[in-house]
Amino acid sequence: MRDLMALTSQPDIISLAGGLPDMSAFPAEVMGKVTAQIAAESSVKALQYGPTEGLEDVRDAIAEVMAAEGMTGIDPQDVLVTSGGQQVIDLVCRTLIDPGDVIIAEAPTYPGAVPCFGSFQADVVQIEMDADGMRIDELEETLDRLAAEGRTPKFIYTIPTFHNPGGVTMSLPRRKRLVEVARERELLILEDNPYGLLRYEGEPLPTLYSLDGGEFVIYLGTFSKILSAGIRVGWAVAPRPVFQKLNIGKQAADLCSSSLSQMFVATYFRSGLWAEQLDVFKELYRRRRDVMLDSLADFFGPEAAWTAPQGGLFLWATLPDYIDTTDLLVRALEENVAFVPGRAAYLDGRGGSSMRLNFSGVAEDDIREGVRRIGKVVHEQVALYGTLTGAAPAVPAAPPVPAIDAGATPGAAANVVPLPRRDSDDGRARGSR
Amino acid sequence: MERQISLRCGARVEAALERLGHEAVTIDVRGDLVRQLRTVDPEVAFIALHGREAEDGTVQELLEVLGIAHTASSAAVCARCWDKVLAKHLMRDAGLPTPDFHSFSEAAFRELGAAEALPVIEERLSFPIIVKPARGGLALGMKFVSSATQMPGALVAAFTYDRRVLLERHVTGDDVVVSVVDGEPLPPFCHATLSPADVTRAQQLAVEAWTLFGCRGYARIDLMRTVEGELTVLEVTCVPSLAEDSRMSEAAEAGDLAFDVLVDRLVERAARSTIPA
Repeated sequence: MRDLMALTSQPDIISLAGGLPDMSAFPAEVMGKVTAQIAAESSVKALQYGPTEGLEDVRDAIAEVMAAEGMTGIDPQDVLVTSGGQQVIDLVCRTLIDPGDVIIAEAPTYPGAVPCFGSFQADVVQIEMDADGMRIDELEETLDRLAAEGRTPKFIYTIPTFHNPGGVTMSLPRRKRLVEVARERELLILEDNPYGLLRYEGEPLPTLYSLDGGEFVIYLGTFSKILSAGIRVGWAVAPRPVFQKLNIGKQAADLCSSSLSQMFVATYFRSGLWAEQLDVFKELYRRRRDVMLDSLADFFGPEAAWTAPQGGLFLWATLPDYIDTTDLLVRALEENVAFVPGRAAYLDGRGGSSMRLNFSGVAEDDIREGVRRIGKVVHEQVALYGTLTGAAPAVPAAPPVPAIDAGATPGAAANVVPLPRRDSDDGRARGSR
Repeated sequence: MERQISLRCGARVEAALERLGHEAVTIDVRGDLVRQLRTVDPEVAFIALHGREAEDGTVQELLEVLGIAHTASSAAVCARCWDKVLAKHLMRDAGLPTPDFHSFSEAAFRELGAAEALPVIEERLSFPIIVKPARGGLALGMKFVSSATQMPGALVAAFTYDRRVLLERHVTGDDVVVSVVDGEPLPPFCHATLSPADVTRAQQLAVEAWTLFGCRGYARIDLMRTVEGELTVLEVTCVPSLAEDSRMSEAAEAGDLAFDVLVDRLVERAARSTIPA
């Protein structure tokens, strides 16, 4: 993934691979005002270490954000501020996972979690999703099987709302059942919810945390998608015994998250602008999602299928099983467009015919052009497969049409067989007999 | 990945050159390569680069155009080794044992109906068959095909990387790697035990391949001792890695050829060589 991101950051490439929010939609003057205010009022605090669990003001802001998603009554003392949401995944693994321990995740799962789980040598068991999110019936069967083997998962990792990369949202009945399963079997859930506030249509659903009351659910939140990815501020809210262990793990990892970044969040939230800014992001991304969905319908053809997310930043497209998207990416990069191959979202080699497409990070025209270019290489491969299987006949290349020198007079050309110009595109080779 | 190998290899060679008393200037190969080469104007260029531009002969060609002696095989040799189809034809025509193969262009399938010939090829090579792009490294686009139904998908994948593909009989056995320096074979590497006769035969085949391709400096020849006990040549790598953990370096050590001595020999030989016009 890191190599892919480095490659796709090249300016000529339309990257539908990243998970980037569009920070050009955040007013630079607001950033200037906030940072100037920090410098004027609290530069010493901003430039100093802070408490491991985070600055009080930020934890208050986090409680406000969670309340906006229906999680009211959060005690700021239960909030651990982290260096982005990614650190929560790392800390939970660091706290709970020994080599060989089982983690349950969705299939596919967040590509950024894959190397993290791998680095702790976890045995990740992935549960299929459908349009209603993780299949809880399959989860229960898997848990029964694991129990029969004497194995208990350390936690269930899920992104129930606007899944990355799946683009689907877990239905309310499944949310309720998942929370019940966790309670019945005394299993921890890590609920990763970076996109919950980025809903473009439909009614909000309660988070697993609010359904559970915080007894078996570790909640992961982040400011990356609702304010700024660059400030790297996320958080965890966890049952008390887990919270204490996460806090110790964070001390070991980085002592504390950046005080300057935390003060940026706290100062910004005091301004009361965040809800208005969130609406700006939502409107922007909703339009881009619609452009991507329209473009897919126009350019991907009937062989492909894709999800239609009600929010978030991603959708998941699946091609015929004879197309390997890891290989397809090579052709796509030749066309200066990139996506995340599906295998990046699996730990067991699945996902070979799927891809994650991001619609938040690039402008509408680029989304359409990017999807058109991917569609072109998909069609090439579908056509080639057709000739290989006999489903489509092989077609001899059309004979070259000799070029007539535009500078020649009609009369002069009439009695001469024109030869292709040697400096024209492969004219020499095509003209040879 | 290839860039990481290049950087490790380059750092190791640079350290050796400095120990040997040479004035070493490292060049990270980018868009300004020619300008950098003209500025530095070296007596010898030590190629410690991996990936397409080094292995297909592009960098060698540039050096030869600029009249700069280099430690690797010539651009022509690189082109022969890099193209697996060309390399296989050369080996077969010269009578070197190599797994049976066929090759097709994408146009053959798109325009000439080559798909109808696939059953004949599949019968001739017998499954499993290895399908791979004619050019490329790191096994990208390479698939093991164990049935006719898997063949179209494997071909689509291989054609992603090149317009020509190689369909090769899959031979099983023990991998044998022989590194060759200045035409002299080093001790072979094999995870199994090789008889003295196998060692002699592997080294003889490696030198024959070296000579056939016209290698210079150093090269690595990959062979296989099949389950029937026959040695067969798989491929020739004319710009092998010189990183610490590479087969080439390990082979040099096993052959009592210290790394610094190897580097010194390659530089001296390059300095004496004639640059092709």
